[in-house]
Amino acid sequence: MGDVLLKMEGIDKSFPGVHALDKAQFELRAGEVHTLVGENGAGKSTLMKILAGIYAKDAGTIRYQGKEIDIPNPRAAQLLGISMIHQELNLMPHLTLAQNVFVGREPRGVLPFMLDEKKINAQTQALFDAMHLRLDPRTKAAQLTVAKQQMVEIAKAVSFNSQILIMDEPTAALTESEIEELFRIIRQFRAKGVGIVYISHRLEELKQISDRITVMRDGRYVDTVDAATVAIDRIISMMVGRTIYESAPEVPEHPNEEIVLEVRGLNRGTAIRDVSFRLKKGEILGFAGLMGAGRTEVARAIFGADPLDSGEIYIKGQKVEIKSPRDAVQHGIGYLSEDRKRYGLALGLDVEANIALASFDQFTNAFGIVKAGDTRQTAERYVNTLAIKTPGIQQRVRNLSGGNQQKVVIGKWLTADTDVLIFDEPTRGIDVGAKSEIYRLLNDLAAQGKSIIMISSELPEILRMSHRIVVMCEGRITGELSAAEATQEGIMRLATQRTVMVATDEAPTNNGSSVEQK
Amino acid sequence: MAVAETTITTTRRSIFQSSAAQKLLAFAALIVIFLVFTFLSPYFATPENIVGILLATAVNGVLALGVTFIIITAGIDLSVGTVMTLSAVMTGLAITIYGLPVPVGIVVGILTGTIAGLINGLVISRMRIPPFIATLGMMMIARGLALVLSTLETGTVKPIYFNDTPEFRLLTMSSVLDPIIKPMAPNFSVPNAVFIMFGAALVAAFILGKTVLGRYTVAMGSNEEATRLSGVNVANWKTAVYALGGIFSGLAGVMIASRLNSAQPALGVGYELDAIAAVVIGGTSLSGGEGTILGTIIGAFIISTLTNGLRIMNVPQEWQFVVTGLIVILAVYLDILRRRRS
Repeated sequence: MGDVLLKMEGIDKSFPGVHALDKAQFELRAGEVHTLVGENGAGKSTLMKILAGIYAKDAGTIRYQGKEIDIPNPRAAQLLGISMIHQELNLMPHLTLAQNVFVGREPRGVLPFMLDEKKINAQTQALFDAMHLRLDPRTKAAQLTVAKQQMVEIAKAVSFNSQILIMDEPTAALTESEIEELFRIIRQFRAKGVGIVYISHRLEELKQISDRITVMRDGRYVDTVDAATVAIDRIISMMVGRTIYESAPEVPEHPNEEIVLEVRGLNRGTAIRDVSFRLKKGEILGFAGLMGAGRTEVARAIFGADPLDSGEIYIKGQKVEIKSPRDAVQHGIGYLSEDRKRYGLALGLDVEANIALASFDQFTNAFGIVKAGDTRQTAERYVNTLAIKTPGIQQRVRNLSGGNQQKVVIGKWLTADTDVLIFDEPTRGIDVGAKSEIYRLLNDLAAQGKSIIMISSELPEILRMSHRIVVMCEGRITGELSAAEATQEGIMRLATQRTVMVATDEAPTNNGSSVEQK
Repeated sequence: MAVAETTITTTRRSIFQSSAAQKLLAFAALIVIFLVFTFLSPYFATPENIVGILLATAVNGVLALGVTFIIITAGIDLSVGTVMTLSAVMTGLAITIYGLPVPVGIVVGILTGTIAGLINGLVISRMRIPPFIATLGMMMIARGLALVLSTLETGTVKPIYFNDTPEFRLLTMSSVLDPIIKPMAPNFSVPNAVFIMFGAALVAAFILGKTVLGRYTVAMGSNEEATRLSGVNVANWKTAVYALGGIFSGLAGVMIASRLNSAQPALGVGYELDAIAAVVIGGTSLSGGEGTILGTIIGAFIISTLTNGLRIMNVPQEWQFVVTGLIVILAVYLDILRRRRS
């Protein structure tokens, strides 16, 4: 490990309704991989986005190579040699790899406004060669797999001669072998003296790749420890810190054996392959898997949002045809999207209207006129029972915090009288305090006899909440675990269990520019 | 070896999946339309009529070039038609009323369009007003200004004629090829307007394919946030794209004034829709990131060939709108089908 390259101290940042960073600090040395861990909402990404010039800090200092610096925009960060690879990939699908790598600083041709495409391609090729990446710079970015796109982003980042490389959850969507490839490249840069910030949720990776680990919690700095000597358990206890969600799964003593929902042989293209499962009354069934494993696709298919190629759905033993979300609602199925702002809520409408949105039939008279008194009563009832923090039911949903927005969505589906609730990443983007409330609510709903499917990418969440866990990988169910037998390792093993058939589908992938299978 | 092989397969895929397919389709459609009309009417495939189609495409084609860039950024420009008219009126004022030399009048016209485009760009990128609204406003402003300016001389809305400067009309209506063609075919002449359009298209294709502006046009349309995070000043480049659209509108204004030998202040509404239709038929995606100049030119030809053919078949003008509308919907539907498949 080399000299101290970067020191961030006393960093403060607030967003409307959230104090994201509270006197956070971070130190990075040249030639080290420094991992930043913490639960969702701990402030890791926010802190690094400040370093990358995407957010402006409210307070604090950043010292880089011995000087105090100011990073007003992403460009300034790049010029300083600070590059960030974002969680959501940031390539332009319509451009070639080379064009993506050099966007914003293209080598110019004979005239200063002309592009030198040859040079762009040649320099990118050289870059790929140096990283031992077998990719053709002239391929369109849209044709690559997520893993390959990530490699291209790394190539882009290092082409700035970056001194600091920030990676925000780079392995979230990668397979084991792809992760190995990524680690190889990371070690390559570490050896050259680049300081690497590595944000990850996957604790099992930490010891493999990190030199030091900094733990954050609720926007604050907790501690920095040496990766070689620290025990994973200690990191977890630092991350969780307080006993906030102690709600261990309350598996009913006499499990209700009534099957509420049964799915047989669902298929849709390569996204869903032969998926079958059963959901019991009053059960929380966890759906675990990596990003893109097909869990959301299954949920959307059951909810009638996407068409199926084949498969049967039974509600309480009766075979049903679900061709649209309207059919699903009529059969008592509600879906709470992972992207509630886009698919779950009408942000510009008030709490009352959102709660009534899925069940206006109940609230209209024979002429289609809304019975305002009824919607108001219902909305007020759910604001009370779900403890939605809002100045009133006339408040626009846009102005509520993430946790309260999620409660409004829950209220909407309870109003619609649904027996089966599918929660897709129910706590994404919700801060720690509100999370435990959502968990309590899920437990209460299950206790009242609602059946819940909970899709979550956070293993601790799945483990804490589920009575039973189904694990998916590449559109298939690769295993089912009871609450008692489930462990993080066990789930991860199933979640990365790729089948041989898939490998043959991809045809010749022994070279760089394989084409993504959709 | 393996790498070379994949390269080939990926290129082959991209031909079938990308806008190239739409372009081929559009080109095939143009030929089919042409053949159908040739079969239906003996007056269609005559040299005079073909020149007529070429001439009818010229102004819309130039307008559509600018719109192509804007739509590739996932934007829209509703103001190109009336900005064209405003530019024509400004040229008329400069040449006929203020008696300035013809070249100065031309510069005034093109500059007018550029300024209008620049304002569009600034309103969109700095005031963050959606392109649809910003350019809808500019469409009305330009229309109003064109009418106001045309009353300066007489007090009433009247066309401004270029009768004192016959060379202005010859600019687009004479032909540089006459000295070569005339001895062989005395009645055949391809007016300059057609060459101006093709010239402008070459410039546009160069800008889109070979310059930084073109690259950022595609990049912004493909993923604007990623482009911003790559350190590109998205606000400035977007402004530049709208200003470029304005340059083409200004040029179209000069061309239409020259062709009609007058600046008609009431003209122009509806031209923006023809231009957008040409772009869309040519395979440019309204969701951004994809589009070609060649496609747009083919799209413009499809529209004018259809209009021309239907007129020759004595189909009333009202029905010509209906047919063009159906073609636009069909073109976009084919594009959607293609996307769904890939």
